[in-house]
Amino acid sequence: MGGSIAVPDAGRSGRMLLLAPMLLFFGAFFLAPLLLLVVVSFTNDQEMTVLGTAQFEKFLSDRFNWRVLFETLLLGAKVVACTTLLAFPIAILFVQAGPKLRRLLLMLILLPLLTSVVVRTFAWIVILAREGVVNSVLLSMGIIGAPLQLLHTEMGLIIALMQIELPLMLLPLVSVLSRMDPNLIAASQALGAGSWRTLRRVILPLSLPGYAAGVLLVFASATAAFVSQSVIGGGRLIYMPVFVYQQATTLFNWPFAAAISVILVIAISMVAVGVNQLGRTARGNIHG
Amino acid sequence: MASFDFDRWSYRLVLGALGVMALTIMVAPVIIVLVVSFTADNAMRFPPSGFSWRWYEALLDTVQSSQIHRAALNTLQVGLWATAIGTALALLAGLALARRRGAGARSADTLFVTPLMLPQIAFALAALVFFSLIGFDAAKPAVIIGHIVVCVPLAYKTISASLSQLDPALLESSSSLGAGRFRTFRRITLPIILPGIAAGAFLLFMASKDNVAVSLFLSDARTNMLPIRMWQMMEGTLDVRVAAVSGLLIFATLVLMLAMERTVRISDRLR
Repeated sequence: MGGSIAVPDAGRSGRMLLLAPMLLFFGAFFLAPLLLLVVVSFTNDQEMTVLGTAQFEKFLSDRFNWRVLFETLLLGAKVVACTTLLAFPIAILFVQAGPKLRRLLLMLILLPLLTSVVVRTFAWIVILAREGVVNSVLLSMGIIGAPLQLLHTEMGLIIALMQIELPLMLLPLVSVLSRMDPNLIAASQALGAGSWRTLRRVILPLSLPGYAAGVLLVFASATAAFVSQSVIGGGRLIYMPVFVYQQATTLFNWPFAAAISVILVIAISMVAVGVNQLGRTARGNIHG
Repeated sequence: MASFDFDRWSYRLVLGALGVMALTIMVAPVIIVLVVSFTADNAMRFPPSGFSWRWYEALLDTVQSSQIHRAALNTLQVGLWATAIGTALALLAGLALARRRGAGARSADTLFVTPLMLPQIAFALAALVFFSLIGFDAAKPAVIIGHIVVCVPLAYKTISASLSQLDPALLESSSSLGAGRFRTFRRITLPIILPGIAAGAFLLFMASKDNVAVSLFLSDARTNMLPIRMWQMMEGTLDVRVAAVSGLLIFATLVLMLAMERTVRISDRLR
């Protein structure tokens, strides 16, 4: 197989010609801006003329900033944990389902995924508001005497993000499980393992690589979920993305905003590397 | 045998109940939005006191809702441009990198999906700083470029996946039968990967129409985009027209999704 797939004997120059537009586009409009962002984060003044590490010193010397960073990563972790609780029952339902039900389940996963995040955030306002779904159900059942404050609380935000990010966890999970050999379940049961034992010893271990991918996607998306964080979290809960936005557009402090972004990217990358490592270990345990 | 039955039934009962509960939590919010969009009330309340089309009528009113209409038009225009350019770029790059295993090809491949993992706000700020420092102040083209960067990975992944399933023997026999490169591409490669291209273009468009972070940083007052406009309507007094916009978006998404499922089996291409 000498050439590219499109043109069997296109050779090296033909391939480069096909690759060039995307490569140039990414170089000019992805790599160059990101490089510039890093440079700007290392300038000391708002006019971006003096190079230095003042912005990072400013961020790291204030306990408030550390708190925002910590709360953001913690939010991601909590959302991952809650999403896990919902994702596995659906994924296991998917494993046991026939082809028709599988297709229906996939469509049910896709619909919220393709529905705008803004629409899904709006749905949670309707659910969590003072006269919303939860309060009206609890009031009519007499469980509470007065409406609960659910919007603009961390708990409300986590519940909303749990549903908003769920499809991102489900897709890789379901994808790994649908490639699983169904004979494995039959073999496990023929060898005398019950359903619960089969779940614990066969299905769950095999789902781990997909789960690791889902954890990454949900974590990255929940920590960056700008609209949900500001609308459902409200003004008192500040997370890194809103912090960047305030510094950049209301205070016009680009160097500081750039430094916050760089720190956020580094923090998320460190978590990603850690999760990847765990995922690889899990895969090694299955095959090794 | 009694204990075996207990195992099986407890398993089915517990997992069935949990699964149905999880599915309900996943889908219910979408249905609740649809219900509320038909409210007869002046404010958002659940359950609504009556059924009416009034908020859809208010939404379609060209005077009262002109800003929303302009935002929707901008979103559609940006989405179509981003989809056209992004799909073309992704297709060419996918063709160039298909079945390449070298270090260069692998790093290009990684580069093209990196925007998916990067917090969009970081890229949005970077693009804002970049465009203002080079003096590029046309908001709409800037938004289109930004949308291409953050949405093109979806199209690239989908198109690459369909190319990797193409049997190389087909291409070899085509060329050994005397067909030239472009003839082989047009008659063999393109028809086989066309559903993958359509699915990729669809995902790119859907991501562009929902984008918030990039639009927020790169658009100006004249190029206000629909998700941003909806966000502004939610932050203020909670205009009930948001429910009507959401209702229309959900309906459009459902129709498009079912159409894509019928034609290109979109649900098989997202894994």
